[in-house]
Amino acid sequence: MKRTLLTVAGLFCATAAFADGHAKTLTVYAPDYFGSEWGPGPSIEAAFEAQCDCDLVYETGNVLPRLLLEGQNTNADVVIGLNTDVTKQARESGLLASHSADLSALTLPIEWDDDMFVPFNYSHTAFIYDNTKLDGFDSFEALLDAPDDVRVVIQDPRTSISGLALVLWVNAVYGDEAEAAWARLAPKILTVTQGWSEAYGLFTDGEADVVLSFTTSPAYHIIAEEDLTKSAAIFEEGHYFFVELAAKVAGTDNPDLADQFMAFVLTPEFQSLIPTTNWSFPAALPQDQWPAGFQELPQPRTVLFYPEDAAAELRDEAIEAWRSALSQ
Amino acid sequence: MAQRAVAIVRFIPGFLTVALVLGLTLGTLVAVIVRAEGFGGLGPGEWSAIRFTLSQAVVSALVSVGFAIPVARALSRRDFWGRSFLITLMGAPFLLPVIVAILGLVAVFGRGGLLNAILASVGVEPASIYGFHGVVLAHVFFNLPLATRMILQGWLAIPAERFRLAASLNAPVGPLLEWPMLRRTVPGALLVIFLICLTSFAVALTLGGGPRATTVELSIYQAVLFDFDLGRAALLACVQFVFCALAAVLAYVASPPAGLGAGLDRVVTRWDGRWAGFDYLWIILAAAFLLIPLGMVLARGLQGLLLVDWPVLAAAWRSTWVALGSTALCVSMALALALWRSRWAQVIGVLPLATSSLVVGTGLFLILFPFVSPRQVALLVTLIINAALALPFAYRIILPAVRASLDDFGRLSAQLGLSGWARFRIVILPRIRRPLGFAAGVAAALSMGDLGVITLFAGEGQATLPLLMYRLMGAYQMDAAAGVGFILVTLSFALFWVFDRGGRVRADV
Amino acid sequence: MLTFENVALTQGAFTLSVEDDALPFGRVCVVGPSGCGKSTLLSAIAGFVPVGQGRILWEGRDISGVDPAARPVSMVFQDNNLFPHLSIAQNVALAVEPRLAISAATQRRVDDVLARVGLDGFGARKPAALSGGQQSRAALARVLLADRPVVLLDEPFAALGPGLRHEMLELVKDVLKGKLVMMVTHDPSDAQRFGGSTILIDAGHAARAQDTAAMFADPPEVLKTYLGQ
Repeated sequence: MKRTLLTVAGLFCATAAFADGHAKTLTVYAPDYFGSEWGPGPSIEAAFEAQCDCDLVYETGNVLPRLLLEGQNTNADVVIGLNTDVTKQARESGLLASHSADLSALTLPIEWDDDMFVPFNYSHTAFIYDNTKLDGFDSFEALLDAPDDVRVVIQDPRTSISGLALVLWVNAVYGDEAEAAWARLAPKILTVTQGWSEAYGLFTDGEADVVLSFTTSPAYHIIAEEDLTKSAAIFEEGHYFFVELAAKVAGTDNPDLADQFMAFVLTPEFQSLIPTTNWSFPAALPQDQWPAGFQELPQPRTVLFYPEDAAAELRDEAIEAWRSALSQ
Repeated sequence: MAQRAVAIVRFIPGFLTVALVLGLTLGTLVAVIVRAEGFGGLGPGEWSAIRFTLSQAVVSALVSVGFAIPVARALSRRDFWGRSFLITLMGAPFLLPVIVAILGLVAVFGRGGLLNAILASVGVEPASIYGFHGVVLAHVFFNLPLATRMILQGWLAIPAERFRLAASLNAPVGPLLEWPMLRRTVPGALLVIFLICLTSFAVALTLGGGPRATTVELSIYQAVLFDFDLGRAALLACVQFVFCALAAVLAYVASPPAGLGAGLDRVVTRWDGRWAGFDYLWIILAAAFLLIPLGMVLARGLQGLLLVDWPVLAAAWRSTWVALGSTALCVSMALALALWRSRWAQVIGVLPLATSSLVVGTGLFLILFPFVSPRQVALLVTLIINAALALPFAYRIILPAVRASLDDFGRLSAQLGLSGWARFRIVILPRIRRPLGFAAGVAAALSMGDLGVITLFAGEGQATLPLLMYRLMGAYQMDAAAGVGFILVTLSFALFWVFDRGGRVRADV
Repeated sequence: MLTFENVALTQGAFTLSVEDDALPFGRVCVVGPSGCGKSTLLSAIAGFVPVGQGRILWEGRDISGVDPAARPVSMVFQDNNLFPHLSIAQNVALAVEPRLAISAATQRRVDDVLARVGLDGFGARKPAALSGGQQSRAALARVLLADRPVVLLDEPFAALGPGLRHEMLELVKDVLKGKLVMMVTHDPSDAQRFGGSTILIDAGHAARAQDTAAMFADPPEVLKTYLGQ
């Protein structure tokens, strides 16, 4: 009888300890590609759970709209995968908190001292081509001057974050002449897709010769497929900087855990997982620690970048230049 | 005349169906409007999107139906080996997931596709799929099977005696028999296809070639997910409803709703149309147009099949049970509506076609979020929305059979005291088995292929096959995505076939 | 006794007034040109057409508003008398088991009525496997099993050849003895063979029933016209 009681008590304690140990759940809102089986999500989850004694759960989808829809009642503790071109709206919503992470480890090509958003990876918008079929382009001008039978596929700036980055890139390079530049590119544009996936699919299927993607895209082909035929055209005018960010939610129930995760984002452990799962440059890892394949990737000499206020201000105008030139 | 005495009792399933459909369509819209605190305004971009949407939907509907008429006519009067299988198979594009279909179309009509390879070999300038005509081409690809079935149904409904009579009188069949039949069936077919094209946008975007091809649905997508301007989204959704209502009124004025092709095995014996070659040319053209892109998708997917691993199988399992649940719900709702003899049933039956799935998803999100975590109900919500979206098709498929069973046996049933569940089980159900099986097959395949609202709700371990396909594409794994596409097409079609077959086996009708 | 009191039936623009009458058990033919309202009269008695004005009574009880299934009436229609997807036995059994839960006792009664109409051993077949005459017999078997006092026959044998039709009429006379049997027909020879009394319908008016033999022996003007005399 006594033994039974003891056993029951032991079980109870064990359960309590178990419940306590896993009582905390860190809910991370992430884009679909991030949380999927083939994205960085699962390995990052495993690495963080090994040190936090918590349960990390991703909720995937369109991060910012979902956060805004849910408002103050959101379940999210951390959001990840936002891009600088939309952070103004996120910041002004009042739903996000400032972080306490130490940004000194950052290895970005630009200065970064934001108190709300922590970068976790970056790349640059770039046009990818098959180097066995094309010689490539050493400048934006060269692309615009290319014969019209070179077929380019891009993404819609109204529905795709990479498409938006492209119109800002064109704006950064051509300024007031952006619409004229678009008009020169227009005959070469095969089609405009809703998202990155459809465009890249058209490119790998051979339907398009050139696709709007990122400077890091060839790394996937080199490392995962041992295919050296895909190259990013490096333009002398420079490339638009594309950085993805994480932020802590103001109304989080687990502020300590959220802070812990924000700090974790900048650790070498997290950062070393980024290149071969997210297929982009880590934000806080010296270049000599990048995997082979990434170290050799050609990097643009000039990096163009609009901070969020400028991006928000230019956005409508840049999209309109694109729309009106391509609607002709 | 006997309807008063044999009146259908307003029963609970009918009420539930109406409540569910209204809640999902108008209720979600209201939720979005409330959250947006009113309507937003429309800019010049939105107005041009409205114009483009309308014009492409009108042209797509006209072209689909225009081509469907000779194809249906040819199929109605020619019998050949494999005819019934061909009719089933030609229905496949309608059941295809959009992204899969686009890849197939590009493989045939794209710049590097089969068509241009053939053109190049005979020294003709390459043709481009991208632009207004590309959007129309894709919509015709999706909707030609539907239009063909609806019109073929009309042809087969003309009693053989009439053709005999016309032949004996040496009267022209066209103005005497076919024109009145087309006048009855064509408006309904035009309406359905117009509505489908009104709310489709993934297609338009990829093949549209640029911002000229911006649809209302795309503008809604932009407003909700990119600008977070729910007021504008709500207003655009209302615009869609208005167009839907106008189109519906026009079509109903022109003719009562047509049935939607089940049981098309019969061939009408006719004494006109001696040029069989002309008919076979139409059949071959239509079959090639519909089946070659499908074949390309499957061929491309075959290579990727080796890359498929366990998350895909898990997603396939998930998609299958969501599709089965969705089918059960959809068919039950369609039956409830069909048994409810009211004009309102027809309005409810067409309403889901007019909705923007993104607004439905967003509205539902707003309604559910205060009570449950969206992640916990992701698959259930997907199941319910898929059922509602397939309802217009299932309803139209079974409606004529339900009506016929009531017309033929309503008096006998009343006389024998068969009512309620007994009448449904003994009189109606056995008599509508074939269309019911067909409707269930369509509902299952549509649910299987629909990406739908799962993207708004899904958490870890909840991906359906179409979502998985997008995720693979998003992770550069295009070959594996094609493999998933293969599985998706095969499963969709297998489900369709099983249900369709199940309805036919030992059906004494 | 089936009684008509001041009955008028309206269907769209068509109105049929029924002369007051009281029909005892026995056989009644309903005769008249096509489209005159013969079927309408039977439908009203069966409950498929509302009685716009007046009352129809059975044994002194008003049945005008009663549900078709609750009336003391069985009806055989021109067609669609048998469900094609049910066996003959099931079709017959529906008369007493609307949920098709057929007990052994019911099965015996079904076999019995099938034997009485000459369909011994046909119970397991589907209607499609029967000839037209056999299908009529099956419908009749169900009427027998239902065992209601009033039987309405709406040209049920119209599709049969003369020989078969006469055979069926004899069968009806034989097995439905002791009931009020009303039969619509447009064939004078059928009416004469059926005997009993006859209701003549013409120009929106149903006359009182008169002895069939007497009426055909000295036809009124209306019947003369109809017979082409």
